[in-house]
Order: sequence, then C-alpha cells, then structure tokens
Amino acid sequence: MNTTQKRNNSEGAALAWTGRVFLALGGIAMLAPFFFMFVFATHTRADIFSVPPPLFFSDHFFENIQILMAKIPFWRNLGLSLYVGIMATGLTLLFCSMAGFAFVAYEFRFKKALFALVMATMLVPAFLGMIPTFMIMDGLGWINQPRALYLPAAAPAMGIFLMRQYISSAIPKDLYEAARMDGCSEWSVYWRVVVPLLGPAFGTLGLITFIASWNNFMGPLVVMRTPEMYTFPLALRSVQSPVDTEWGALMAGSAVAVIPLLIIFVFSSRRLIEGLTAGAVRG
Amino acid sequence: MAPYWLLSPFLLLFLVFGLFPIGFSFFLMFQAWDPVQGLSSMTYVGLENIAFAIEDPLVWLSLKNTLWLAIVSGLPQHLVAIPMAYFINEFLGKWRNAAMGAYFLPYITSTVAIAIMFSSLFSTDYGVVNVVLTHMSEWPLVGWLFPGANVDWLGQAETIKPVVAMVVFWRYVGFNVILYVAAMQGIPRDLYEAGRMDGASNLRLFWHITLPQLKPMMYFGTVLSVVGGLQLFEEPFILTGGRGGLEYSGMTTAMYMYRTAFEFNDFGLASAISWFLFIIIALLTWLTNRAFKDRTGAA
Repeated sequence: MNTTQKRNNSEGAALAWTGRVFLALGGIAMLAPFFFMFVFATHTRADIFSVPPPLFFSDHFFENIQILMAKIPFWRNLGLSLYVGIMATGLTLLFCSMAGFAFVAYEFRFKKALFALVMATMLVPAFLGMIPTFMIMDGLGWINQPRALYLPAAAPAMGIFLMRQYISSAIPKDLYEAARMDGCSEWSVYWRVVVPLLGPAFGTLGLITFIASWNNFMGPLVVMRTPEMYTFPLALRSVQSPVDTEWGALMAGSAVAVIPLLIIFVFSSRRLIEGLTAGAVRG
Repeated sequence: MAPYWLLSPFLLLFLVFGLFPIGFSFFLMFQAWDPVQGLSSMTYVGLENIAFAIEDPLVWLSLKNTLWLAIVSGLPQHLVAIPMAYFINEFLGKWRNAAMGAYFLPYITSTVAIAIMFSSLFSTDYGVVNVVLTHMSEWPLVGWLFPGANVDWLGQAETIKPVVAMVVFWRYVGFNVILYVAAMQGIPRDLYEAGRMDGASNLRLFWHITLPQLKPMMYFGTVLSVVGGLQLFEEPFILTGGRGGLEYSGMTTAMYMYRTAFEFNDFGLASAISWFLFIIIALLTWLTNRAFKDRTGAA
C-alpha cells in the first residue's frame, strides 16, 4: 500500500464519519415533527403549550378525539376518505391495466400517437383544470359527490406507463398468444391470463393511488362543499381557526390521518419508493 | 377492435376531464358573467380578463412570492440531497433502507397533517421552535444569534415565506435524495476504481466522477422542482389559513387563482391567471432545459 492510498483511507474514514453524522442529524430533522405530532396528540391543549413542551406520551388521546368528534362528523369524514380511496384504487388498477395491456399486446392505428398523448397528460399542471373541473362537476350535478373525486383521475398516465412497463417485461408474449390459439376471447385473455399475473404491479400502483387519494386536498377542496361531505383532511383543516384552535384535537386528528400511511410505509417502503421513482429513473 | 375498447376508459376520462377542461378554461379566459344569473349571462369580453390580470398588482405580488418560494425551497433541496445521497450510497450498509425510508416519509404524508404539525411547532406563544430559540439566546457567545423574544412566525409578513419554504424543503428533500441515490447506483463502479488507481481522493472522485455523471438527474430533478414549486398551493394555503397571510406575503399565484374563482366568483379572471402561470412554467422549463444543454453539450 503506498502513501497516497494510506492518506486516502484515513481521509475516507473521516468523510464516512462526517457523512454518518450529517445523515443522523438529517434523519432527526425529518422525524422530529412526527414525534412531536404523536406526543402532542396525547396531551391537552394546555399541556402542549407549556414550557418546556412535553416530550413524552400522555393519556389524553381519546379525550382529544372526542373534542374533534364534537366539531366534525368524524366517522363520516373518515369513512368518505376510505371509500374514495378504495374506489379510486380499484378503478385505477382496472383502467390502467387495460390501457397498459392494449399498448403491449396489440398493433393498431394511432398507437404511437395515443401513447404520446398519455405521456403528454403528465405535463399539464393540475391547477389549470381546477376551475373548469369545478364547472363541469357543477354542470353534471356531481358537487358533493364522491365520484367527482375518484372518477376523473382514474386513468393516470403514470399508472398506464407503469402497467405497460410491467406487462411488457414480466409477462411473456407467448403466454397470451397461446391463450388466443386456444380460442380465448380478447377479454378473457386480459382478464384470465394477464390480470392474475399483475400482482406486484397492482401492489405498487394500488399503494401509490390510495396514498395520493387519502392525502388529496386540492381536489376535495374544490368539489366537496359541505362539512358532511368533507374528506378527512378537509375536515381537519376546517377545525383550524385563527383564534382558539383546539391543538390537542387537531394533533390527534393529524395522527389519525398519518397512522394508516405509516402502517403502509413500514410494510412496503421499498416497493413504494421504487414505484414512485420508476418513471423518474427510466425517464 | 380490442385495443380501442381496452383504451376506452382512458380516452373517455381524458376527453371529459382532461382535454375538455383545458379547452374550456381557454374559452373562459375571454368571457365574463354574473355568477348570480348563471352561465346564461355569459358574454364575450375579448382580452379584458387578460388586461385586468396584467394590471392587477396582486397577480404580480403572488408571482413574486411564487418565484421566491420556488427558488428558496427548491435550490437547497438539491444542494442538500446530492451530498446526502452520496453519503447514503457510500457509507451506509444495512442502515441504507431505513435512512431512505426516514427521508422519504414526509413526501407521502398528508399536506394537511404536515401543515398542522408545523403550525403548532411555529406558533407564537410556547411553540417548540420559539421555546428552543429563546432558550438558545441565553447561551454564552452564540446567544446574540437567536431571538430573545417569541417570534410570530406565521403572523408577520417577513417570516411567513421562510417558514413555508422550510416546510416545502423538509417535505420534498427526501424525494430528491432517493432520485440521486438511484442515479448514483447507475454510475459504473470501474470509473471509481480507475480514479482510485490514480490516487484520487474521495472528494476528487465525487467532484470529477459523481457530479458529472449526475447531470441528467440534476436536470430532471431541477425541472420537477421548478414545475412543482411554481404550482405551490397546498402548503402555503393551509399554513396561512387560505388567505396568504399578512400583506399577502405567503400568497402564491395558484392560491390567488383559487381565491379569485371561489371567493370573488370571477372565473374568467381566474382562468386568465391560470394560463398566465402556465405560460411562465412552460417558459422556465424551457429555460432550464436550455441551461443544462448549453453546459453539457447534450442533456
């Protein structure tokens, strides 16, 4: 080992430790707000704003939830969020896998142009459609209807792209050629041969879709106009007021909004990260 | 016929909820109507909405706020994410997935929960941030750096934007870390081996191999940050109670568009504002593209 390499090794060790310290501090900064949210969720409003602030859990969580229940139709809002999330996920999986399969398994006129169109829809920013979408929903009589939330976004370009990639790479073409030879109709090729093999792709896209729907704020803000039809995030925000905010209740509510995400995340963070960055890394 | 009916849900949804709204929004830009009398009172007003938007000082103020927020929250994301990704990629063995998970968590968390969380941390009386800062102001030597009295972070014009920018930075930095880690894994290891043989230090390897190889991802990530930053709506909307805060200093263009439509009931003007913002986003994306192409030869 020559002297340059030795010097590099000690320099490398110093850098490695700098890196670890840097990452640890960053990790604390990322997680601390969550920690405070969960701790505050178990304290009364008066306790939260004492000096020093509480750093450990207490036992006022259900009290806080009760305060929240007095202010919003808690179960209804939560159920609506869940319902919209499930519908959005189911329809997205169906529509995206149909479209993805069409792009892989068939040759047809305008195929290239249609795929370009799918990808182009990713470039249109959401705010541009906000006002006309509201007017369309108003015209259709869909204001305060859950379908105004789950239907319009049920065939996202990202999902079609993800499905197309998965079907073309993981399902051999021979498989559905053989099914066709055996006299399967085009629908049963899709439904009986392809869909059962889409498990992993459904998992990734389903998680992404459900999380996006669960967190969606701008969508319900525009189309859900009465507190009984608010999704959970919208209901939570309505509790926030410039004066006399029930912080304990709000923190408990936020914890309720975040816990399902944490559970999903613990079990599937790798798949989620891969799915959410897939388009980016390949693009 | 099979491919067409397989594509029909996408096509139908795209036509009704994708293409039509955009065309409709373009049409609305040239119309005015009395919201009380409904759409039947709609009349063509030519460029009136556009002229009105250009003369509206709040449009320009909101645009200034948006650009400020996009830059101040966006640029540091990349400056921090690149070294973080490097450290994760080089020095973390089995902790790697845990670290990526922790950094990624804010990205998948509900904006409302995040905004509520930070509103409490930044609240004036006894918020955690103020408690820590006033405590630090009593430290010897460095105490003068910190405010001795409680700061009304979300209640005064000068501090709203920095707080919003900080929250946005906190939320999206992890996403960029993951992008850069993925990009770094694509860099061929023999490039580093060759550099090491020549006795190059880690820092030199980072500077001369890692950074140049990351250029395509930097371009992609920067475009995402610019486009995302200019559309900023949810975080400032919730943190400022929907109104943009004192002197509108936290009001972004997307927020102003929302208020114009749903509080002032002027959908025509709001449509003009949204196209205005769209053109600026397209322009800046194009400029970013140019900037990266000029520096790298081909991006």
